[in-house]
Amino acid sequence: MLATNRQKAFGLIGLFILLLTAMWMSVVYGYTDTNWRQAIAALIDNNGSNAHLVVATVRLPRALIAAAVGASLAMAGALMQALTRNPLASPGIFGINAGAGFFIVVMVTFFSISSLQMLSWVAFIGAAAAAAIVFVISAAGKDGLTPLKMTLAGTAVAALFASLTQGMLAMNEKALEEVLFWLAGSVAGRKLELLAAVFPYLAAAWLGAMLLARHVNILMMGDDVAKGLGQRTNVIKAAAALLVVLLAGGSVAVAGPIGFIGIMVPHMARALAGIDHRWLLPYCALLGGILLLAADIGARYVLMPREVPVGIVTALIGVPFFVYIARRGITAK
Amino acid sequence: MKKYVTVRMGSYVSFFYDKKAAVVIAAFGAAAVLLFLISIGSGEMRISPLEAAAALLGYGEEIHQTVILTFRLPRVLVAWLAGMALAAAGAILQGMVRNPLASPDVLGITGGAAAAVVAFLALFSDENNSLTVSIHWLPLAAFLGATAAAWFVYMLAWKNGLAPLRLVLIGIGISALMQALTTLLMIVGPIYRASQANVWITGSVYGASWQHVSFMAPSIIGLLLMAMLAARHVNVQELGGELAIGLGSAVERQRLGLVLLSTALTGGAVAFAGGIGFVGLMAPHMARRLVGSAFGALLPTAALLGGVLVMGADLAGRMLLAPTEIPAGVFTAALGAPYFIYLLYQSRKA
Repeated sequence: MLATNRQKAFGLIGLFILLLTAMWMSVVYGYTDTNWRQAIAALIDNNGSNAHLVVATVRLPRALIAAAVGASLAMAGALMQALTRNPLASPGIFGINAGAGFFIVVMVTFFSISSLQMLSWVAFIGAAAAAAIVFVISAAGKDGLTPLKMTLAGTAVAALFASLTQGMLAMNEKALEEVLFWLAGSVAGRKLELLAAVFPYLAAAWLGAMLLARHVNILMMGDDVAKGLGQRTNVIKAAAALLVVLLAGGSVAVAGPIGFIGIMVPHMARALAGIDHRWLLPYCALLGGILLLAADIGARYVLMPREVPVGIVTALIGVPFFVYIARRGITAK
Repeated sequence: MKKYVTVRMGSYVSFFYDKKAAVVIAAFGAAAVLLFLISIGSGEMRISPLEAAAALLGYGEEIHQTVILTFRLPRVLVAWLAGMALAAAGAILQGMVRNPLASPDVLGITGGAAAAVVAFLALFSDENNSLTVSIHWLPLAAFLGATAAAWFVYMLAWKNGLAPLRLVLIGIGISALMQALTTLLMIVGPIYRASQANVWITGSVYGASWQHVSFMAPSIIGLLLMAMLAARHVNVQELGGELAIGLGSAVERQRLGLVLLSTALTGGAVAFAGGIGFVGLMAPHMARRLVGSAFGALLPTAALLGGVLVMGADLAGRMLLAPTEIPAGVFTAALGAPYFIYLLYQSRKA
């Protein structure tokens, strides 16, 4: 664990360099191997050759999307874990990914919507709806909001949305192959315009999360203490929930439901940088980007020449982590 | 009038039940038969239940007999058997784990069976999507997958004993893992092209044939009978480990047997009807509401209820948006997920 602010700042710089390295590797390595000379040439002086085309239209968008989505999911996970005091909280487990996915498939199937702008809005609405449902369900009942009830309610809501999505796809065979790949979560073959459509929201949410970090720290001391210190806890909670919806909804709109980044990364970041959210959140962003980039590079090599959706790779890495946290025990508040 | 009736046959079969349970079981039996007749009569060609019954017995119009005997009967039978198997598996698990949220889906057992079935189809399919080995091996694959998943969950959840909630959480994790593996295998294997695989994963009895029934019926019915024989052990298990040991039960050995029994039931259902979700969770619960938790009455009630649920889900899926078919699993999930949430809301100690 990095103790002083100086060490933490150096850690951040180190992670940033690592992120750039991962992005560079993501651009260069894959089925069509290129090298850094070609990559730079493709950006500055694109001569339309095959290698240059691959870099400019496929690899670079993919690397940027992976970095943005990984960062957003990790930050969403960190905020959710703080908000619910549940170490298993994350957009995937709480049904937010599945909810956004469901709404998107409904819109594509029944209303033939394909405008990217519209789809990103649909994803936000779906994420918000799923989050609201899970929250209401777990707040109801005899002993209110316990971490365990939230986890179980989230799983049930996720299962419901996933099953309804599957059902719609089974009816609509034409859309299946494309959407199946999208539903598994992938950053491959996504256009840069897709990222551009949601980037303003993601960037606003990153900034908002950083501004909120101080308040989240106070909230972590418990509602009563926070109130005693003069915090309007409900306002802070609502703001954090809005940020989660923006981060998770935007990620799903671009890359489909990629699971487990939101669970894993905050725990890793906490081990490195401690529990102060002013440090934790940027660590999450960088680590999340690095992890998703690495998983995506790995996904290219598992079944060469075919690709595996990166959501499968993150699940394969993430489940052992999930099991470890579940074994360590989640405390019922 | 006595409230309970004791049933004893030899030294192995012995259980008692509420008289009300007998009425409930009879009612569900009747409902199953009625739904069965409606279901085989419904579809593009409508046949009234009476005519359907006549056709079954070999009377009536020839075209009715053909439609019913060749196409609809196997499908409805597979739905019925799968529903019974899943519900019975859920009832055994819930009794054993003593947690109302336990079910083959939540514990990842269904997911394990599904992953194994997809692996089987992916590994043993040729270019033309036809199987290179007999389909009779499919249930074995499903059983092995279910067992492997159950074993994983059991092992990972063990930590100075088996806390039910840890079991459920680990089950959720292993389910996710199995889902990832299934998707991976669907992409690797030639069945990626066949959209039928997706229908199958959701849980559908579409295209079931007599070949399926002839293989499924004896194994599922045999397993259900074994479950009835094991009923008294489940009753003791439900008292909790220490009390059960005190009563002289070989607790661990019985647990192993019961887990194997419920994984076999789940595997058999998933092999032929796909991942029909939430039946193993819902049916035992509703049955417990109706007849109480004495297992001799609970098991048949739950099984009949499960059969009715899946048959009904299949019927609804065929009729609602005809001619488009909605997989039965969509309906069971649409019913089951809210029910799961309701249970969560109800449970006092979370």
